[in-house]
Amino acid sequence: MRNGWILERNTTTTPSTSRSNSSSWTACIVALTLLALTPGHAEAADEDLRTVAVADPYLEMHTGPGRGFPVFHVVDRGESVVIIMQRTDWYRVRATDGTEGWVDQAQMELTLKPDGSEVDFARATLDDFTNAKWEAGVLAGDFGGANIISLYGGYSLNPNVSIEVWGSQILGNFSNGWMGSVNVVHETWPDWRISPFFTLGAGVIRTEPKSTIIQGEDRTDQIGHVGAGFRIYATRRFLLRAEYKSYVVFTSRDDNEEVEEWKAGFAFFF
Amino acid sequence: MESRIRVLFLISAVIMLSGCAATKNLFGMGPESAPAPASEPPGQVIDPAVERREVKEPQIDREDFELGAFIGVMSVEDFGTDFVYGARLAYHVTEGFFVEGTVGQTEAGLTSFEVLSGGATLIDDDDRTFTYYNLNLGYNILPGEGFIGEGRAYNTNFYLIAGLGSTRFAGDDRFTVNFGAGFRFLLTDSLALHVDFRDHLFDIDLLGEEKTAHNLEGHLGVTVFF
Repeated sequence: MRNGWILERNTTTTPSTSRSNSSSWTACIVALTLLALTPGHAEAADEDLRTVAVADPYLEMHTGPGRGFPVFHVVDRGESVVIIMQRTDWYRVRATDGTEGWVDQAQMELTLKPDGSEVDFARATLDDFTNAKWEAGVLAGDFGGANIISLYGGYSLNPNVSIEVWGSQILGNFSNGWMGSVNVVHETWPDWRISPFFTLGAGVIRTEPKSTIIQGEDRTDQIGHVGAGFRIYATRRFLLRAEYKSYVVFTSRDDNEEVEEWKAGFAFFF
Repeated sequence: MESRIRVLFLISAVIMLSGCAATKNLFGMGPESAPAPASEPPGQVIDPAVERREVKEPQIDREDFELGAFIGVMSVEDFGTDFVYGARLAYHVTEGFFVEGTVGQTEAGLTSFEVLSGGATLIDDDDRTFTYYNLNLGYNILPGEGFIGEGRAYNTNFYLIAGLGSTRFAGDDRFTVNFGAGFRFLLTDSLALHVDFRDHLFDIDLLGEEKTAHNLEGHLGVTVFF
């Protein structure tokens, strides 16, 4: 079928004998349109790479990518299917008769490559949790009695040490604010599923007293903090994170402020 | 004078470059310190004629993200109802769970006090713009199919969401909890229509005493998966 497409494409030529300008333009446009509509060599080759053979007695096609969607078509052993796309742990595949449906990862793992070897559908594991370079997440919690919502991104220098950049919005009863900081995080046992860490960092905090409070000016202060917490591997590229940090706010007044923070949330590694 | 500046510039450049060279391996960005391959005698270069055919996951189109826009109506407690519009970005973690970020904006109207009193206003017009963002966790609780006529079936999902965020209204940022439910109707595998109902809750003391305001929102949305 694919060869047919290629043949069709190769026989599509522009009539060079035409003398009329307008007709040669028309021919050009028709040829270009045909080229655009016809899968080229690259796409055909790409599809070839995404073709796998059914090695299990049969491959069940569901009507949707999720639990409960009924099986409406079965592909027999030995036949091949083309993988069109993936959503979470489900693959949309097309059988040779053109039927398209969704197949779960457990069944896809029992298919074979054209050369007869097993297909490796890479899925994130605990090993990736330990060794992934990048991480980003969202945490929320309590910052000295106020609510705090934080976003962070991190880069691992090695499995034990990473550098993180945090941005937080603080929403309190009397004042709101923003906080930005840079942390160094040390994980002692990064290969554990529940991995404890220690952190140290510095940054700035912007405090804006609420509009209903008369006195008080906006101010920006420097902060330093120490903390500890856990990263917990959940599933795929997903992890849960909970942490405690103790902040010192270097104010321009006589005394420095100390603030305790408790947060929990989720993150992804990639 | 100029040459002295040039010398200083060169010195600093040399220091920085050597610093980069020293630190690049520290950050794991430098090349692996493998010994240079011994020079091969000419004529012995292997030219692989066999093209390997492998299925690698990056070649498969992954569509776990969902991006779209919505428009609807939103009621701001005590301040009437107006149009709301916004955007949504979701990531589907598993077939059941997804995480979602939304931003939206509406205009708050006049309270009944402001209408009845004639001219008195509680807040400036600038502060009547109601802007929110939320970070939510969602769960597809009732996946299913919808049938149009006899020959067409579309995948659908009824989902629940809940999350945290912030609302800028009446001159302050307000910590906001929101929850709701929605219905996703997939026109194709990559294009979906949404109907959503949500309640945004925050504490407000603008009208004298502090209370928790319920701000109800209903919207229609379109999203694409990518």
